[in-house]
Amino acid sequence: MINRECGVFRTTYQADMSLYGVPLARITVAAFALFFALVFPFVVDHKHLVWANFAGISIVAAIGLNLLTGYTGQISIGHAAFMATGGYTAAIMTTRADVPFWVGLIAGGVFASAYGLIVGLPSVRVKGFYLAIATLAAQFITEWIINHVEWIGGGFQASIIVPPASLGPVRFDTELEKYYLVLALVVLAVVAGLNIARSRLGRAFVAIRDRDVAAEIIGVDIFRYKLLSFMISSFFAGVAGALYVYYVGTATIEAFQISRSIEILAMIIIGGLGSILGSIFGAVFVVVLPLALEDILEFFRGVLPVTDIDTFVSQLKLMVFGGLIMLFLMVEPEGLNRLWRNVKDYFRVWPFSY
Amino acid sequence: MLRARRFWPLALVAAVALFLAACEGGEEQPATGTPRAQQPTGAPITIGMMYDGTGATQLIGVAYKAGFEDYINLINSKGGIDGHPINVIFCEHGYNADRGVECYENQKRGGAIGTVTYGTPITAAVIGRCNQDQIVCTFPGYGSAAAANGERFPYGFPIAASYWSQAGAAVRFVLDEWQREGKSGKPKIAYLFYDNPAGNEPREVLRTIAQREGLQLEEVAVPAPGTEMSSQVTRITQSIRPDWVITHLFGSSPSVSIKALKEAGFPLNRVVALVWGSGDADVEAAGGWAFAEGYYGLQFTAIGTDLPVLREITEMYRSQGKQPPDLMTKNNVYYMRGVANAAVMVEGIRNALRQKGYPITGADLKAGIEAIRGEVAGVVNLNLSARDHEGGGSVRIYQVRGGRWQLARDWFQGYRDVIESFVYR
Repeated sequence: MINRECGVFRTTYQADMSLYGVPLARITVAAFALFFALVFPFVVDHKHLVWANFAGISIVAAIGLNLLTGYTGQISIGHAAFMATGGYTAAIMTTRADVPFWVGLIAGGVFASAYGLIVGLPSVRVKGFYLAIATLAAQFITEWIINHVEWIGGGFQASIIVPPASLGPVRFDTELEKYYLVLALVVLAVVAGLNIARSRLGRAFVAIRDRDVAAEIIGVDIFRYKLLSFMISSFFAGVAGALYVYYVGTATIEAFQISRSIEILAMIIIGGLGSILGSIFGAVFVVVLPLALEDILEFFRGVLPVTDIDTFVSQLKLMVFGGLIMLFLMVEPEGLNRLWRNVKDYFRVWPFSY
Repeated sequence: MLRARRFWPLALVAAVALFLAACEGGEEQPATGTPRAQQPTGAPITIGMMYDGTGATQLIGVAYKAGFEDYINLINSKGGIDGHPINVIFCEHGYNADRGVECYENQKRGGAIGTVTYGTPITAAVIGRCNQDQIVCTFPGYGSAAAANGERFPYGFPIAASYWSQAGAAVRFVLDEWQREGKSGKPKIAYLFYDNPAGNEPREVLRTIAQREGLQLEEVAVPAPGTEMSSQVTRITQSIRPDWVITHLFGSSPSVSIKALKEAGFPLNRVVALVWGSGDADVEAAGGWAFAEGYYGLQFTAIGTDLPVLREITEMYRSQGKQPPDLMTKNNVYYMRGVANAAVMVEGIRNALRQKGYPITGADLKAGIEAIRGEVAGVVNLNLSARDHEGGGSVRIYQVRGGRWQLARDWFQGYRDVIESFVYR
């Protein structure tokens, strides 16, 4: 006899804190993991593997920002600065100290998180728009430092060329090898993100987000948890930045500019604030959709009555992409994750929706 | 009402699924070119070309691409290179490093033996891959000046005067003008630059030259986005009071500098701009050709609408019953840079075919480009070698006179020894 649940009703704290909300989730998560590990890289084109890698790096960064902005309610529009910190730390350590890549990766995260601690200090005093501007300042200061301090910017035009990552005998040289490196880190980030969100730490974050005064009254140490949130979030960003540097092969400040910060923020807003799955949706949406649109518009190459078709397609792509962002946000302001939940809820109780 | 709302997400998911399904099928490579008058007979040779058709510098990117494409079409319409047509995989990246990597990988998959990594951030992002994959990457006018060192960057080809060489040539020009006018002493120079990695790059070279020549050099930084520089210009005209100004600005800031300097009363015939401040649009946006009369601009290609190669391209369009693109005349400077880039690629392929014969690889193209000596297609003047991927760093200087750019000084180099000491340090 198969019993299907007719909704998610939690009756114990234990159930509320479980990693998988419903039994089916365990199977689907396993299925997705297997699909992305064993099937996906072998059926898609080389080009799509490149998209997947960029999407993966963005997912790590977006999960980090979502912990800070979505869960703790502290807005940051300087997240690319933490990525840059992690990326340059990894690049400097790899090229000058010749450390293995995993040390560079962790060091990138640790340095970024220390930097996040400093940048996060104003969050203890200021909130909302004021904090946004404080983090924006961090963005510009970081860019300036990397541009002007030669010891950090190093190399040529503030960019440092980094050899490909290697772990023992394995060299992450080809796109497929890099895919597995990115995938492994995405899995780690997702697991870490989910566990932070459902544990004591995540609950403290949510309490601060919902009402910081109330949180303090019930015993949440705001000072500590706000800074922790900044540190954890920057750690993710630092690892993402280091991963970016190892993936691309160059640490360059032009890859970590304000537009990148806005992009990550857009990812979590489109995907859904306060949701790990939403971070994934948002990152995939922002990274993959424009590229996919290009492919679709490529079909109409012969049909469109313009002379410079390549340029036209790239411009049309931006317009369609912008339109789609607006459409999705109008249909569901709470993001793609909410949209997905609506779909799930619909099927869970189908055909008796009431 | 609630029911209707619940169907929305479903419809959207279906739409997304359709989109994804559609994208799986879209694997064809972008094709190039127009129908050819004289069909090439051999197997095609594939190269890549990146540019930006969106974003801040699309004004440059679109003209650059048009010039590149027209020159390749011209070669193909004349039967290709030894009968081999050139197939170009174009890729638009919106001046975004991530997209540039995607473009590069796409072109590599498409069999490109060389590419144009348009844009400094994109060049920085792919240069490591170029060396690793043995694909020739050309980046005239952007990328790092240090890439002129062919031993350090075997597959990186600036194939044009770097910012270091441009700065050296600008000082040489200023000193020669100073002498020509019969003035005594040494001129005082202000260097007005955009405060980004590219703008900062020539500073060390300028300081070294200034020290050697005993010049007085003042550096004035313009912070991003460079659309406002009244304080910098006031500093120049009120407190520094230089004899000459060398500007190294990007995007819309060159036009702002022309306007601000002129309005502050600084004579424009004492201003010389490096290559990204000497486009047609910079002059027009500043207030027009009459307004900018006297302004000097560095070029690493020949420019002008009456060049023989442009006559050939116009002829090709006419024979197809079409008009040549107006970018050729309206945005001539950047169009010519595209033509020059394509001409170097074609010349490199031609040399490679002569040296080795079809099929050629990236390594052969590298050797082919390194064999280029002298003028190519009447637009660039390069002396490349395995060691020097810059090609000597020669530039021309043009001046705004009578409503157009007029040649003020033919191909010359400045302080080659200083530049080389930086490139090979």
